[in-house]
Amino acid sequence: MDIKELMEKLENEFEDVEKGTIQPETNFKALGEWNSMLALIIIALIDIEYDVKITGDDLRAIETVNDLYQTVTERMEK
Amino acid sequence: MSCKIKHISYHLSSNVLTNEDLAKDFPEYSAQEIYKKTGIKQRFVTTRNIIGSDLAVAAAEQLFRESSFKKENVEFILFCTETPDYIAPATACLLQSRLRLKTNIGALDLPSGCSGFTNALGVGKALIESGQCDNVLLLFGDTPSLTCHPKDFELRSLFSDAGAAAWLDKSEQEAIGNVVYGADGSGAKNLFVDRSCFRNPVDEAWLKTHKEAGGMPFGQLEMNGLNILTFALKEVPKLVNAILEKNNLAFEQIDLFFFHQASRTILRSIQKKLRIPDEKMAYYIENNGNTISVSIPLALKEALKESRIKEGAKVLIAGFGIGFSWSGTVITY
Repeated sequence: MDIKELMEKLENEFEDVEKGTIQPETNFKALGEWNSMLALIIIALIDIEYDVKITGDDLRAIETVNDLYQTVTERMEK
Repeated sequence: MSCKIKHISYHLSSNVLTNEDLAKDFPEYSAQEIYKKTGIKQRFVTTRNIIGSDLAVAAAEQLFRESSFKKENVEFILFCTETPDYIAPATACLLQSRLRLKTNIGALDLPSGCSGFTNALGVGKALIESGQCDNVLLLFGDTPSLTCHPKDFELRSLFSDAGAAAWLDKSEQEAIGNVVYGADGSGAKNLFVDRSCFRNPVDEAWLKTHKEAGGMPFGQLEMNGLNILTFALKEVPKLVNAILEKNNLAFEQIDLFFFHQASRTILRSIQKKLRIPDEKMAYYIENNGNTISVSIPLALKEALKESRIKEGAKVLIAGFGIGFSWSGTVITY
């Protein structure tokens, strides 16, 4: 996986975010649309697309797309 | 001797809770936003004096009205609920009397939630196939709304109060396949009615703290949605594979998948993860909400009405959730 692909996948899950808005340093949880339902959707997305489990606690500690990317790639390597 | 579900009826509580109603209680959301978030248009909620067994009775009476099955022929009732009338006696005994059934029948409660239908079907099948009886009236009824805190948006926007009845009868055809079960109590606290029984009962301080919410005398339903989703994504694909294996079936041989209608997000995630084509996936949550153990029989009934289930179809059913608990099988129509 690369971070570009992850950014695109994230953008698809946000309905009110325009393409190209999400960057590696974007704090996606600070976007207006963010809510508990989107948190669920992101956890499911990571599970389905990358076969990696992230928990609610993981997501709480993650801020930027880059953080998420690091967590996912680290767990994919294991 | 095998068995078959011969008829299903269900009953939804009569009070409709629309997104417009919810938006009045939660002004931070518009009705449209609530729909966007949950994928649910309406739910059904009871009033304080109508509880799970009442909804099961309504469903059973409907079953006797709309089918040829007779009360005098019932040989066993299994009542599946998580909101019984009393701790004792078993609500199934009270239901024998309320439904005016014979007294020489079996009557057992089966406390079970989201996996309730598949659990009860497995037990009913075992009763018939072991020759203990020729039929089982499976009854379901739950009122989650009575344990939802009025300010809990997540729960109130999701759950519905409903009842169902299913007539399980002996048959030559092996219509109900082998059943797979699972349980993991380490996940119990992720969906949990706090202060609901002997372990940790309601006390004066609790009633005082929850005064504005009517005291919450039956306890309070609490849910960790993130952990439920993680559990579902981990266990449900394994459950589906185990069901297929135990019934010597390939994934492609299943015509329709009926999962417990937990939430739109969970259903969509399971569908994506298992790569189930849209036409094979059952969604009946939009107009009904999450009706706990009623969700699968309700969905089966609706799909039958829509002629979505053809004769000979192989239908995989899978319940999962509170417990954690999960079970499922394949029904051949």
